Amino acid sequence: MADISNTGVNFVPTEPRPAPASIRPGPMTWMKERLFNTWYNTLFTLVAIYVLATSVPSLIDWFFTSALWSDAPADACDAVTGACWAFVYEKWRFILFGTYPFEQQWRPGGAVIIFLGMVIISCFKPMWNKSLLVIWPVGLIICWILLAGGIFGLDSVPNNLWGGLPITLMLAVIGCGLAFPVSIALALGRRSKMPIIKAFCVGYIELIRGVPLITVLFMASVMFPLFMPEGITIDKLLRAQVAIIMFAAAYLAEVVRGGLQAIPKGQYEAADAMGLSYWQAMTFIILPQALKITIPPQVNTFIGMFKDTSLVLIVGIFDLMFTMRVAINDLEWRAFYIEGMVFVAILYFLFCFSMSKYSQWLEHELHRGHKR
Amino acid sequence: MTDHAHSGLPTPPTPTVKKPPSTSIFYSEKFRSILYQVLLIAVVITLGIFLVSNTLANLAARGIQSGFGFLDVRAGFDIGEAMIAYTNDDSYGRALVVGILNTVKVAFFGIILATIVGVIMGIARLSSNFLISKFASAYVEILRNIPLLLHLFFIYGLLINILPRPRDSWNLLPGVFLSNRGLKYPVMADNPIWIWVAIAMLVGAIGAYFLARRADKIQADTGVRPKTLLPSLGLIFGFGAVVWLIGGAPLSVNAPELRGFNFQGGQSLSPEFLALLLGLTIYTSAFIAEIVRSGIQAVNYGQTEAAKAVGLNAGNTLRLIVLPQALRVIIPPITSQYLNLTKNSSLAIAIGYPDLVSVGNTALNQSGQAIEIIAVFMTVYLTLSLSTSLFMNWYNGRIALTER
Amino acid sequence: MATTAPASTATSSMGTSEVITMANVNKWYGDFHVLKDINLSVKSGERIVVCGPSGSGKSTLIRCLNRLEEHQEGDIAVDGIELTDNIKNIDAVRAEVGMVFQHFNLFPHLSVLDNCTLAPIWVKKTAKAEAEALGMKYLERVRIGEQALKYPGQLSGGQQQRVAIARALCMTPKIMLFDEPTSALDPEMVKEVLDTMVDLAKEGMTMLCVTHEMGFAKAVADRVIFMDQGEIVEQNEPNAFFDNPQNERTKEFLNQIL
Repeated sequence: MADISNTGVNFVPTEPRPAPASIRPGPMTWMKERLFNTWYNTLFTLVAIYVLATSVPSLIDWFFTSALWSDAPADACDAVTGACWAFVYEKWRFILFGTYPFEQQWRPGGAVIIFLGMVIISCFKPMWNKSLLVIWPVGLIICWILLAGGIFGLDSVPNNLWGGLPITLMLAVIGCGLAFPVSIALALGRRSKMPIIKAFCVGYIELIRGVPLITVLFMASVMFPLFMPEGITIDKLLRAQVAIIMFAAAYLAEVVRGGLQAIPKGQYEAADAMGLSYWQAMTFIILPQALKITIPPQVNTFIGMFKDTSLVLIVGIFDLMFTMRVAINDLEWRAFYIEGMVFVAILYFLFCFSMSKYSQWLEHELHRGHKR
Repeated sequence: MTDHAHSGLPTPPTPTVKKPPSTSIFYSEKFRSILYQVLLIAVVITLGIFLVSNTLANLAARGIQSGFGFLDVRAGFDIGEAMIAYTNDDSYGRALVVGILNTVKVAFFGIILATIVGVIMGIARLSSNFLISKFASAYVEILRNIPLLLHLFFIYGLLINILPRPRDSWNLLPGVFLSNRGLKYPVMADNPIWIWVAIAMLVGAIGAYFLARRADKIQADTGVRPKTLLPSLGLIFGFGAVVWLIGGAPLSVNAPELRGFNFQGGQSLSPEFLALLLGLTIYTSAFIAEIVRSGIQAVNYGQTEAAKAVGLNAGNTLRLIVLPQALRVIIPPITSQYLNLTKNSSLAIAIGYPDLVSVGNTALNQSGQAIEIIAVFMTVYLTLSLSTSLFMNWYNGRIALTER
Repeated sequence: MATTAPASTATSSMGTSEVITMANVNKWYGDFHVLKDINLSVKSGERIVVCGPSGSGKSTLIRCLNRLEEHQEGDIAVDGIELTDNIKNIDAVRAEVGMVFQHFNLFPHLSVLDNCTLAPIWVKKTAKAEAEALGMKYLERVRIGEQALKYPGQLSGGQQQRVAIARALCMTPKIMLFDEPTSALDPEMVKEVLDTMVDLAKEGMTMLCVTHEMGFAKAVADRVIFMDQGEIVEQNEPNAFFDNPQNERTKEFLNQIL
C-alpha cells in the first residue's frame, strides 16, 4: 500500500493555518461573493447602485433637506421644493384625535398611552399570567372613562365626536379580544363529532371568510337596523365593532383549529386515559398547548385586522384613515396630501412592523422552548 | 397447585359486587350529544324568527317590497366603465352584472401581475446578491405593513394630481398616452380577420402541445429530447401570420388622438382601474413574495445535494427536483392570496372604480333593497371562494406526498 | 509500517491504477481550517473506511471528492479528471462517482423507480425503457425490487437507504462514497444496509465509506483511515489498525467506540 504516512505515536495536531488572503472573510471577499460573484450579479449590482444613487438622494432631499420642518402657514410651503411638514404641525392633533374637543384631547391621548402600555406589557412572556386578566379590564375601563367622561368631573363627550387613533386601536384590539373566545368555541365546534354543531361552525367560518370585510360592514350598517325591533337603535360605532368581532372570529377560529390539529394525538389519548372529561381535557391539556403555539399566527391575524379596520371609513366611522382624508381635503392644505398620507403610513407601518417582528421573535422563542 | 389457605399467602378479599355506575340517561354520551345539538337548533331558530319578524315589520314600516323583483327595474345611474353595453336606462340586474364583470376584470389582471412581481421579489430575496436581497426585503416589509386602502389613496392621488392633463400627456410609446384621464393605447382596427388569426394561433398552441408530447415520447424511446422551443413558437406565430396574410394583411390601427380636451379613439384604462390594479398588485405581491421565499426554503438542501451528486445540472435540479417540491408548499397559500386579492378588490368603492360592491352600494342607496343586494354580494364572493377552495382541495389531494 | 495483506474476507481485485489522488488539499470554512494538507491516493477497487470524532473533517473530505464542497488549496483528481471550478469537469466527475447520504435524500415526489431512472434519463440520455430495466436490476440487487412503484415516504429507513444505494448504482459509477450511511437508522435496520454494502464491496467496487461500523471495516476494508482535527492521523489495514493502533489519539477513539 503506497504512501501511508502515519503520524508518530503522539498525535500533535498541526497548528491551523490562517486561510490565504484570497479566501479570507473580509470586505473584499465579501464584495466578491455577495455583489460580483457572477456576471449577471455584477450587472444587477451595477443597476441597483445606479437606481439607489439616483433615487435615494432626491428622496432624502424631499424628506429632510429641502423640507419645511417648522410650524408655518400653508402658503409658506409654496416656496419649498421638499416636503411641507408644516401640514403635520397643523393637522396632527386632528389626524390623531379627530373632532374630539380640542382642549380635552389630553384624554384620548392618555387613553392611547395607557392602551399601548397594556399592549407592550402583554408582550413580555413573564407577564403571561392571571395579572393580565386584571390589568386589561381595569385599563380598558380607565380608557373608557377618559374617552367618554361624565364622571370624576370629566365632561361627557359623546362617541360621535371620537375619532382618529383611539378609534382605530379600539376597533382592532377590542375586536380581536372579544373575537378570541368566540373563535375558540368555533374551532372546537368545527372539530366536534356532533354533525349539527360542526355544520353550524363550518358554515359560519366559511361564510365569513368567503366574503370581503366591506360586505360584513355593510351588513352591520344597513341590515342591522332592519333586524332590530322597532324603536331600538344601535350606535353606528358599536355596529362596526360587532362586524369586526364577527369577522375576526372566523379568521382566528382557523388559526386556533390549526393549533388544535398540531397537538399530537397522544395528548388527547393521555387525557382520555387519565379519565378527564372533554371539557377538562380541553381546559387543562389541549387548549393551553394549542393556544400557545398559535400565538405567532394570532399576532399576524391581529396585524391584518389592524390594517383592515381602515375599511370602516367606507361606512362613515371616523378612524385614523378617515381623519387623514378629512385633513388632506382641507382646501388650504390640499396640495400636501402626500405629506398627510406619508405621516399616516408611517404610523401604520410602525405598529404593524413592530408587531410582525415581535411575532417572528416569539415564534423563534416558543420554538426554542419546545426543543428544550 | 397449592391452595391459598396452605400456601401462607394472604387470602385475597372476596370481591364485592360493585354497583354499576349510574345508568341515568343524562350520563349517556349519545343523549348529551343530541341535547346540545337540539339546543343549538332551538337557539338558531328562535334568533331567526326574532330577526325575520323584526325585519318584516321594519320593511313594512318603510314601505319596501322585499324580493328580487327590483332587479328588472330601471337603474337610472351611470357607470364609469363597463365591459358590456350599459346605459342608465338598463336595469339594476344589468348594472350588477357590469359590476361583477369589472370585479372579475381587475381581479384577473391583478392576480397575473401580482404573481409575476411576487415571484420575482421572492426569488430576489433569496439572491446571493446583497443589494438585490436587501431591496426585496425592504419592498416586502414596507408594502405589506401599510393598509391596502392607504396604497389605493396614495396611488390614486398620484395618478390624478401628478399626471398631466390630456393635452400635455406623456407619450410613453408611439400611440400610447398617459394622462390624468388614464392610459390610452391603440388597438388594431375592427376586422373579422383578427378573430381568425386568434383561432389560428390557438390551433398553433395546440400543435405545440402535441409537439411537446412527441418530444416526451422520443426522449422515452431514444433518451435524447429534441428541441421544441423554436418549432413551438414557429407553429404558434407561423399559423397566425399565414392566416393574417391570407386575410389581406390588414394593418389599419385605431389609435387614440387628441381632440380638444380629451382623446378620441383607441382603448383606455381609467385612472381608477389603474390605481386599483396597481394597489392590489403591489400589496398582494409582497405577500406572494414571502410565500415563494419560504416555499423554496422549505425544500431541504439535501435534495439539491443529492441531485448534484447523481450528476443533474443546475437547470434540471431546479426543474425536476426543487420546483416540484416547492410548488406543493407554495400553491395552497398562494391561492388564498388570490382569493384575498379578489375580495380586496371591493375596496374599489373608496376610489370610485365601479366594481360589484361599488355598483351595488349605489343600487342599495337608490332602491333600499339592502338585504337582497347584500345577498347578491355574498353569493358572488362565496361562489368565487368556494369554487376555488373545492379546486384546491382536489389539487392538494392529487399532489399530496404519499407517506407511510 | 503497515502491512499490505488484503483484508481476510474481501476478494481483493485491486488494480494498480490510482482513481483518486488528493495532494496537499486544504479547506477553510471562513477562518476555520477544516482540512489540513490532506494527501491521499486510492487505487481502483480499494475499499477505504474513514473514521474519527465528529468535526474531524471526514465528511468534508469525501464531499470534496464530488465537489459538494470546494477545496481551496491543493489538487484533487478523480479518475484522471482534475476537480476545478470547471463545470464540465465537475459534471464528468459526478457522473462517475455515486454518493449515499446519511439522511438518504431520496426525492419524495418521485416513486422509487423514478428516483433510480432520473439521472440515467436526464444525465446519460438513456431511453426510458432501458433506464427502467437498469433501475429494476439494481433495485433487485439491493433486494427491494418489489417496492419499485412505492414512494420513499412509504418505506422504512433501511429500505430507503437501500434505494439510495440503488439510485447511485444506476449511474454505473466507478467509485461509491458513503457518508455515514447507517447513522440515521434504527439499530435493527443497520444490518440490511451493511449487508448491501458488503455485497457491493465483494463485487470489487471502489468505495470510500465514512462510518463508525467497525465490524464492517474489519470485514471488507483494505485500509482504515483515522482523522482528527482536519488531518489524517493514522491509516492501516484493518487488523493492524484495530489490534495495534500506533497513535494515542487513535487508541482513545477506539476505546470510546468499541
